[in-house]
Amino acid sequence: MITTNPFAELTATVPSIAMQLFVITMILLVIIGTFMDILHKKNVKYFFQNAQKAKKQAKRNLELGEKTTIIFKTIGSDILTTAELGAGKRRVAHLLGMYGTILFWISSTIMIFCYSASNSITPSYLPFLWHLGALMTCIGGYWFWFFLRVDVVSEAYPWYRLIQADLFVLSLVITSTLGLIWSLFQSSNINGWDTLFLTLFGLSNLVLFGGVYWSKFAHMFYKPGAAIQKNLAEADGSRDNLPLPSDKPKQFGLGIKRESPKHY
Amino acid sequence: MSTFVYMTKCDGCGHCVDICPSDIMHIDKTTRRAVNIEPNMCWECYSCVKACPNEAIDVRGYADFAPMGHSVRVLRDEERGTIAWKIKFRNGTEKNFESPITTKPWGEFIPKLAEKELPSKEERDSELLYLEPNGLNIDTGLPKMKKMKFKQGVYY
Repeated sequence: MITTNPFAELTATVPSIAMQLFVITMILLVIIGTFMDILHKKNVKYFFQNAQKAKKQAKRNLELGEKTTIIFKTIGSDILTTAELGAGKRRVAHLLGMYGTILFWISSTIMIFCYSASNSITPSYLPFLWHLGALMTCIGGYWFWFFLRVDVVSEAYPWYRLIQADLFVLSLVITSTLGLIWSLFQSSNINGWDTLFLTLFGLSNLVLFGGVYWSKFAHMFYKPGAAIQKNLAEADGSRDNLPLPSDKPKQFGLGIKRESPKHY
Repeated sequence: MSTFVYMTKCDGCGHCVDICPSDIMHIDKTTRRAVNIEPNMCWECYSCVKACPNEAIDVRGYADFAPMGHSVRVLRDEERGTIAWKIKFRNGTEKNFESPITTKPWGEFIPKLAEKELPSKEERDSELLYLEPNGLNIDTGLPKMKKMKFKQGVYY
């Protein structure tokens, strides 16, 4: 199962061009959804206004080389390893979900566009990465959903309470889960069930990519921008009006013994 | 001076939700970020401001605190155990304060009342509250101010 390209098997019933058109439609839905989100929330406008304000308060001008270094450092720590989540379960779950999803999407696109013809031979690592990506997304996503969500951990709501903010994470994990189940039924040659789960897989993709305007999907585009702006503001001295770092010796005060926010 | 959250900085960790004694810091149903749902019920303890690991919560200062148009920002250093406040007035004047954190760990000073003796009638009728005055580190009793010392009207 894990070394079989499920999209190549599918070409017997669904033409390759239809699958490629589906992927293009999903990409267009993401672009349109994000654009509508930007227009509605005006967050990008606010972001640039804030950046301009910070620039005026800058204590020094950053050289191009310095800016580039900061941007690369931000990409390395804040974006690729989501450093803002600190060292803990939330970060591990987020990284699992993030890299799982990236693997899943990239391998899906390559397999659909390059290896979905009936006579093409898919390199075995691509279906492996597809299955691994889906599995990683499921582990990270369900871990977050059942145990780490702040409304469950800090507010004591039950895990089955649904709110609009759940649209993204739920559609993401359900898409990966349905993809895995579809692949399992397809490789087991269980007719009927594979068609059912393929349909559900397609529908969950529509919800995930078509729901960008209503879900938190677009945060993956905004977060890197906010992290870069924050680190640039720190370097140019404007620091978003924050006080200067403390010059006091270690353990000057009692210090913080941070505990998990679970004291409800 | 109620608190508010910068949505771009908040990562929804829940520390403010957990610590808010007024139970008004909640998680937004659309963005899963913290939000002060009832600013007029905020009693300005700033527990959430201090608890936020991302400096995502700020104070909206009233005019009695500093003239309108200022900003108040807080930076906590967990390792050094300090908390720094910076007030930037609208004319650019800055005021900086830094103090050691004195917050006690969770649950350390919660008295186990069930294990204590019942208060006597004199203690119940007394103006002193539980553990007063020793709990306030005052050995000589609560300070008293003579009634005649008060002036009539509003004064500061």
